[in-house]
Amino acid sequence: MTVSVRIPTILRSYTGGTAVVTSTPGTVRDVIAGLDADYPGIGGRLLDEAGQLRRFVNVYVDDDDIRLAQGLDTQVAAGGQVSVIPAVAGG
Amino acid sequence: MWRYASLLPVPADVASTPNLDPGWTRLVRADQLASILGMRELWIKDERANPTHSFKDRVVGVALAAAIELGFKVLACPSTGNLANAVAAAAARAGIRSVVLIPADLETQKVIGSAIYGCSLVAVHGTYDDVNRLASELADERDDWAFVNVNVRPYYAEGSKTIGFEVAEQLGWRLPEQIVVPVASGAQLVKIDKAFRELIATGLVDDAPYRVYGAQATGCSPVAAAYRAGHDVVHPVRPATIAKSLAIGNPADGPYVLDVVRRTDGLVADVSDEELVDAIQLLASTEGIFGETAGGVTLAVLRKLLKEGQIDPDARTVVINSGDGLKTPDAVADSVGAISPIPATLDAFAAYESARHEPARRQPGLGKAGQA
Repeated sequence: MTVSVRIPTILRSYTGGTAVVTSTPGTVRDVIAGLDADYPGIGGRLLDEAGQLRRFVNVYVDDDDIRLAQGLDTQVAAGGQVSVIPAVAGG
Repeated sequence: MWRYASLLPVPADVASTPNLDPGWTRLVRADQLASILGMRELWIKDERANPTHSFKDRVVGVALAAAIELGFKVLACPSTGNLANAVAAAAARAGIRSVVLIPADLETQKVIGSAIYGCSLVAVHGTYDDVNRLASELADERDDWAFVNVNVRPYYAEGSKTIGFEVAEQLGWRLPEQIVVPVASGAQLVKIDKAFRELIATGLVDDAPYRVYGAQATGCSPVAAAYRAGHDVVHPVRPATIAKSLAIGNPADGPYVLDVVRRTDGLVADVSDEELVDAIQLLASTEGIFGETAGGVTLAVLRKLLKEGQIDPDARTVVINSGDGLKTPDAVADSVGAISPIPATLDAFAAYESARHEPARRQPGLGKAGQA
């Protein structure tokens, strides 16, 4: 089983224009590692040099912002949905 | 506000295309309020006078010009209410379609104040942050929709600079020494600071130091919490405050707000719902300005900082009232008390007066305002 990951327009250059891709279940950190294996470079757009989520990136697992859950340690079950959304909106 | 067009990302002829002609609101010298607070010079930038009664008409004005210029067909937004009103009205006047997404629990006044303009109004279950997320995903799907605060946000946000330009011009081309600004997404505060820096860079004002203070409601105070913790990242929260126009739990410009207040030696603070309601009443009863909950938050934060000695009572200070209390009457309905009718007789009126024991006026006396 896999998890689905929604990629924002700005990062679709890494996925050949595909909006929804799959990755491996586990923690969000695992999911991002799986993504980076398939689409080299995308991981560096999501995580900084210290391996932390970049401050202008929001990640949701199903309906919840991972910063309100366990951050990169938040579990994503098989069949789960992850959304990556740039934090440029609002107000 | 189009007098500042050359300092905005808009076409030179922006004023001649159909728009709501926002801005140029009053800067009110608040002497009675200053006297009660023990301040020397206090001003209220009263944004109620905008076409849909909040500062959002400014940002939408710039976003609309950009949307037309860039060939978008629909004007859209996620909104806590004020922005929805501004988008719906501006789109109506410009003759283009609008779609606004709002949290389902929004105040009735703000719902009606959007729907009346004939927009597509979509109420979404959840908080503003849920609505915002949906809008971000929709913006990815709809190529010809201009979400004013998502995909045309760089233009939109610049509109808030006009608050800073006007404040300086209305003070006689001087900057305030202190300014207190409400923080929702944080864009308004960041852009007012940018405006002051641009005025200094162009030589329109002297390069004098100023301090920028951010104001949040405690029930949604992720930026104030990050400030206190010394963080440069804002940890999102789930909002729980009556100040719904400030109820953004994951503020996009939060990190920039932290940068600005630290650079200018200001700070970000928060106040309870009780304190903000009290401040709304204080502003109304001293200056005749019925502000929105966000205006209550800024004034309450000023009060708190004065009490704590964290803001200078002798410095020239501006407080932003970003919206109109008539859109959020429920916030103060309980505080102003119930009204029981009396018979239309002088006796009944006399009985009413003696029963009520009218409290002595707290003002120092009409006509003497500002001499304290």
